[in-house]
Amino acid sequence: MNPFSSETRLRDMIRAIRACKTAAEERAVVRKECASIRAAVSDNDNDYRHRNLAKLMFIHMLGYPTHFGQMECLKLIAAPGFPEKRIGYLGLMLLLDERQEVLMLVTNSLKQDLNHTNQYIVGLALCALGNISSAEMARDLAPEVERLLQFRDPNVRKKAALCSIRIIKKVPDLAENFVNPVASLLKEKHHGVLLTAIQLCADLCTVSEEALEYFRKKCTEGLVKVLKDAVNSPYAPEYDISGISDPFLQIRLLRILRILGHGDADASDLMNDILAQVATKTESNKNAGNAILYECVETIMSIEDSGGLRVLAINILGRFLSNRDNNIRYVALNMLMKAISVDGQAVQRHRATILECVKDSDASIRKRALELVYLLVNETNVKPLTKELIDYLEVSDQDFKGDLTAKICSIVEKLSPEKIWYIDQMLKVLCEAGNYVKDEVWHGLIVVITNASNLHGYTVRSLYRAIQTSGDQEAVVRVAVWCIGEYGDLLVNNIGMLELEEPITVTENDTVDVIEVAIKHHTSDLTTRAMCLTALLKLSSRFPSCSQRIKDIVNQSKGSLLLELQQRSIEFDSIIEKHQNLRSALVERMPVLDEATYSGRRAGSLPAAVSTSQGNPLQIPNGVHKTAAPLLDLLDLSADDPAPQSSSSPNFLQDLLGGDILSSVSQSGTTQPQKSGADVLLDLLSTGSSLAQNGSSTADILLISQDNKNKTSVNALDSLSSPMANSAQSLPASSIMDLLDGFGPSPTVPNDNGPAYPPLVAFESSSLSLVFNFSKQPGSPHITQIEANFTNKSSDIYTDFIFQAAVPKFLQLHLEPASSNTLPGSGNGSITQKLRVTNNQHGKKSLVMRIRISYKLNNKDMLEEGQISNFPRDL
Amino acid sequence: MIRAVIVINDQGKPRLVKFYDYQPVEKQQEIIRNIYSVLCSRAENVSNFVQDSTFGPDTRLAYKTFATLYFIVIFDDSENELAILDLMQVFVETLDKCFSNVCELDIVFNFNKVHTILDEIILGGQVVEMSSSEVVKAVDEISWLEKNPNSTARVPKSISGWQGR
Repeated sequence: MNPFSSETRLRDMIRAIRACKTAAEERAVVRKECASIRAAVSDNDNDYRHRNLAKLMFIHMLGYPTHFGQMECLKLIAAPGFPEKRIGYLGLMLLLDERQEVLMLVTNSLKQDLNHTNQYIVGLALCALGNISSAEMARDLAPEVERLLQFRDPNVRKKAALCSIRIIKKVPDLAENFVNPVASLLKEKHHGVLLTAIQLCADLCTVSEEALEYFRKKCTEGLVKVLKDAVNSPYAPEYDISGISDPFLQIRLLRILRILGHGDADASDLMNDILAQVATKTESNKNAGNAILYECVETIMSIEDSGGLRVLAINILGRFLSNRDNNIRYVALNMLMKAISVDGQAVQRHRATILECVKDSDASIRKRALELVYLLVNETNVKPLTKELIDYLEVSDQDFKGDLTAKICSIVEKLSPEKIWYIDQMLKVLCEAGNYVKDEVWHGLIVVITNASNLHGYTVRSLYRAIQTSGDQEAVVRVAVWCIGEYGDLLVNNIGMLELEEPITVTENDTVDVIEVAIKHHTSDLTTRAMCLTALLKLSSRFPSCSQRIKDIVNQSKGSLLLELQQRSIEFDSIIEKHQNLRSALVERMPVLDEATYSGRRAGSLPAAVSTSQGNPLQIPNGVHKTAAPLLDLLDLSADDPAPQSSSSPNFLQDLLGGDILSSVSQSGTTQPQKSGADVLLDLLSTGSSLAQNGSSTADILLISQDNKNKTSVNALDSLSSPMANSAQSLPASSIMDLLDGFGPSPTVPNDNGPAYPPLVAFESSSLSLVFNFSKQPGSPHITQIEANFTNKSSDIYTDFIFQAAVPKFLQLHLEPASSNTLPGSGNGSITQKLRVTNNQHGKKSLVMRIRISYKLNNKDMLEEGQISNFPRDL
Repeated sequence: MIRAVIVINDQGKPRLVKFYDYQPVEKQQEIIRNIYSVLCSRAENVSNFVQDSTFGPDTRLAYKTFATLYFIVIFDDSENELAILDLMQVFVETLDKCFSNVCELDIVFNFNKVHTILDEIILGGQVVEMSSSEVVKAVDEISWLEKNPNSTARVPKSISGWQGR
């Protein structure tokens, strides 16, 4: 016999499928079987129709498409015999859904079957209708179902009741038709009918406010009595589940009472006694009993209650928490979570037990308990609870540490009563689970530390101890490195000792050791290493005796493949080596970070006013920059300073800071202030800012937030370029140029200078050279400021030096007086002269210029002329 | 409301799939696969409930293992979790009575009878009957009718039930 014909029995097909060793084999068998069923379908084969449909249901369960069997269901349902109808209805429920139009065709068959003399066929039809009825079917067949609610056989009545639920869910308008039949069903004694009638009643109450009012008035007392009977009824073996008489019925009764009692004091009053009885009398050593108690607790929590019952209910949950069954603890925690809003005080009493559940062996219970503890923490219990949680953190599962750490940090941040406690707890958490804390957490810790000026010494000493024991926790290392960099001197000299502290002896070398270990540790990432470098630079100033050693450590990063590290190490190396005089100012302690700003940032709503209020008082006219205190401008980062170019004196360093900011703010690059001699420095600065723009880790390292355009005081943590720039301003240009000595030809420099215009050698002879430097005023791209710079390479002095220029008509030229008319020889000095060119056809034509330079060499008139047409485009 | 009752074996093969919310067959298979991957990696000695968002934020999943089979019920927050565990117990006890010492193969080869049993316990996502003896009675009647399609009910038991109340 062909195993894949319609003659195959269902059993044989299942065997064939089970015998398949691979999914491909199974697909082949199913494909053949489906093909033969399709053939039988098109032959309109009557004999094996129900067998084929049974096969299709099996195939459907395995996940294969079976839509071609849908019409077969309808044919079977229309057949007269019971076996055909049974399979037909089964197929109808499994293979079809209410959205298919085929379903409309079955309405008539259903109507006939609902009126069938055989109650089992009626049962089949009710079951199918209850599972898949559409709104149209519900409308058409509601009268039949309503009538069946009074059918003589209870099995039909109970199915009709559940079928009605589907009907009123599909068509809520029909609800009122069912109210009266249900009211009479609620008086039944048959458990199954009662159970289903109560469910229908509950659903009527949810779809119709009137039904709810009706049942509340008419049925509350009756239902209370039914529950009383159920609780006190003699042993009924039929409905017994582990020694409790029909727990499911009791649960449904409690549920309907909850619906009726919710928000209604009178109805609630009626049920107080029986609820108390259920809560006290139900056996709690079996799951069934606990299910009843659980439902009872939920009902007590929802109804209007005088208070006595609620304590009882929460005590039941407290008992649940120490139950050995995981399921009971699980549901108890869920319920306590709801109860906390109803009666927080009562839940607080079970805090200790809940805390135990945080240590449960079941992960889902731990998670629930932790959430609950989090809700329970308040000002009064934060200290003991946090201690418990941190103690547990030491022994908890690895995969739970993330959740636990996040919650502890959140609790500590939210409720910390004092800074020293906050710092202590955070250090403990970092030591235990530093690899699990989020960046905001340790950023926040640093902000708090800087604000606690009396605790700087204490903190840095604690961190020094912490990094010795927990050097493998990245966050500990970072915070420790940052603090040692800032407060290393407090560490070595035991400054700011608190009474509770034990003095420790740390030498300067020990301190450097710690950082050296951290920078070399294999797990340290770019951020940590970059922070180490910064800390080392700071220590080199705090501990001059270690300067050479620090320089050696810094030098080791010069070859780093990471641009950021390489750059820092080269820059820092030159600072250490050549600029002792500016170093101490450069690496002064960070100003206090503003907590309000920081928390505002974390919340993502930084008030715009902050940046201006920080910046304004510190703004200084450009000319005064030379005398500005080194750190004064640290905060003057408000970017809206366009750095005026009017100053006539050739101040190389003017606008360094402005340049930095503009390069980070004005992406178009059209407004790049630039001065001869300063451009190299600008590079230095723009390197930092361009890195920040690229979103590389520089921003992360020292910026607490990534938002590097909203410069506020928090950015005092920001890139080193700022303090360098500031202190640089108090120094002669030449020495600053040296900063770059160690730099060598680096390809990054010109790239970083991208938006600016390169200087142009406008004229070059054997003895005289003229260099143009360009800059633009922001907002007026057609105006170009040119600074002409003349150098005399011969050994003679040029006198009566006059520079003249002419431009075509589309340009306007304005020449300012030259700085001098005498040009010293041998490149010992220069003359600068400013030109302002307005290009009326900006964007269309480039600049062109004729120049004439006349001067006297040994009283002899000399004349140089030329045309410059290689100006940068876009000027 | 109960959203689905699923039985899968410890290899992830579906043995009984009944959704009370219609799901297309691909979605059903996806749900089954997801559930299986959660359950087979679940430690022993943990609770029988899994937070499950298959059918939205409020749905949960309860499961029990019997020999090689996982019995799974997906339900929303209008059901009592602990009672669902009892319901599963009733279902399995009923299967046990109907097949006398039920095993996986009984369920595989008689899956449509298992559906009949389930339909006597749950209808449209609501519990019809929690007494396994009542269910067994009804299922026996249906089986007898299947074999003797031309007679009406074997014993008018329902009538006696009607008179007895």
